Amino acid sequence: MSATRVQLVAWHVFKEGARDRVLFTMVGFAVLLFGASLLLGQLTAGQDLKIIKDLGLAVIEVSGVLMSVLIGVGLVAREIDKRSIYGLLARPLRRWEFILGKYVGLLMTLAANVAVMTVALYAVLAWMQWTATPAVRASWEAPALDPAMLVAVVLLMGELAVLTAVALFFSTFSSSALWSTLFSLGVFVAGQFSGQLRELATAVGSRAAGAVGTALGLILPAFGAFDVKSQVVHGLAIPLEFVGMTMAYAALYAAAVLTATIAVFNRRDFQ
Amino acid sequence: MQSVVRTEQLTKDFLTGFWKPRPGRVLDAVSFDVPRGEVFGLLGPNGAGKTTTIKLLMDLLRPTQGRAEIFGRPVSDADVRQRVGFVPEQPYYYDHLSAEELVQYFAGLSGLSRVDAVARTAAVLTRTGVRDEDRRRPLRQFSKGMLQRVGLAQALVHDPELVVLDEPMSGLDPIGRRDVRQIIMQLRDEGRTVLFSSHILADAELLCSHVAILARGQVVALGKLTDLTAPAMHGSEVVVSNVNAEAAARIGAHAARVTEIADGRYCFELAPGERPEPVIAILAAAGATLVSVSPVRASLEDIFLEAIQ
Repeated sequence: MSATRVQLVAWHVFKEGARDRVLFTMVGFAVLLFGASLLLGQLTAGQDLKIIKDLGLAVIEVSGVLMSVLIGVGLVAREIDKRSIYGLLARPLRRWEFILGKYVGLLMTLAANVAVMTVALYAVLAWMQWTATPAVRASWEAPALDPAMLVAVVLLMGELAVLTAVALFFSTFSSSALWSTLFSLGVFVAGQFSGQLRELATAVGSRAAGAVGTALGLILPAFGAFDVKSQVVHGLAIPLEFVGMTMAYAALYAAAVLTATIAVFNRRDFQ
Repeated sequence: MQSVVRTEQLTKDFLTGFWKPRPGRVLDAVSFDVPRGEVFGLLGPNGAGKTTTIKLLMDLLRPTQGRAEIFGRPVSDADVRQRVGFVPEQPYYYDHLSAEELVQYFAGLSGLSRVDAVARTAAVLTRTGVRDEDRRRPLRQFSKGMLQRVGLAQALVHDPELVVLDEPMSGLDPIGRRDVRQIIMQLRDEGRTVLFSSHILADAELLCSHVAILARGQVVALGKLTDLTAPAMHGSEVVVSNVNAEAAARIGAHAARVTEIADGRYCFELAPGERPEPVIAILAAAGATLVSVSPVRASLEDIFLEAIQ
């Protein structure tokens, strides 16, 4: 394996993302929303901090998911469609290095964008902290600049790592960006309910439906596990062990999907 | 003679049809050798299988049957591409990058260090005629001819021993074609092996020492260009001046065709097998001046048309 070649492909993806106006617009829009949440907070007496935190984390998640899917599905498909892949694979670049580089590059792009949005959210919260009276501060369940919010962001990155792998998987064999987007978003939405699917057998009482539900619940990524927004907003502690296990699950799931992606990509003809 | 590229019974089927896909054969048992240091032309009409052959050599397609080797190693060995430069047909490069960034990126993928990549990029962009002021402009602003120059630069940046060009003259203006021809000739003079596909026979005739002509996915003619054209001699052509009408009439009996060029200047086309010496003797006796005697060989176009029919 050449780490250099993987790094080069990853760096190229990151550079492309950094010059993408759509990404700038999306991050800009998210930052604007944080500002707007200040106004929203004024309308809800006593709940302003929770609303800003909740809305802020939700905006970061939605932006991250959209970026992951919209960029992820085009990452390989566009290279094939525009035939730029010919020049790349004519180099001593293994196909798996190409896929890994693309994946790492998109994760870097997402991490940078999520970092910018997180800093913007903390800036809004710092403003709240600075302007609030001691009485208001005392009524908060958790401090405005609660470092536990970073745990939610870390888990969000774990979720995006899995979703990016899924989007990349569809990108390698589907020639339609629309279908890849729908499939990826479908997996994301269904993955939110993977826990409920596993419990389908007891709920419906049908063994066949239960078996299908259990199978789907096991196959689909358990995206619901990454969502700790409400705990963070209400100042509830998130055990470190839970964070570790969830991130390990994300790493294993992403690795399995990437392995399948590479297997599909290795067999592909580029006509 | 050492082969740089070797294909043996290379065959490729593509599945066609939506409901019941059936294999359609686009390349059928193609075998050829590309000798080291030569310019090898892969010729054929559109749809003959030229690009498919090149894609199989670049491991962009996997063969249904047969095998292909570059430098004695299977084309699936990615390391072998360290020694190969490739320009695809109508290349697309990332339009948000500049020429410099693109070539440096590809240099890095070929294993060049950052310092070497920068130095080599400057050298190959100069060589392929990309002007200094254009090197930092985004590629989206480049014309097709300029993109082809950048394509050649990226193919040469890692100093490859074999250069593979798929339809390198396609879509270029006459100046662009001339420049690409010159680069190919320079590569040959440097001892590199060049394999290029084309349906422009004039370019192939000018550049190639060896050719393979493909038609309907099969090799229909293969060998040295001189060997292919030599057996198909089309007689000879005698041009003389100061010929009077009587001498012209006498020679007319020996010639397949007589053309008066102007003012007593004639061109006599002799049929294959007709020797020019008796004609020259008659003309000399009649006081005519011999201008030229030249054998008429079949052109590559003649060979090509005969082969693909």
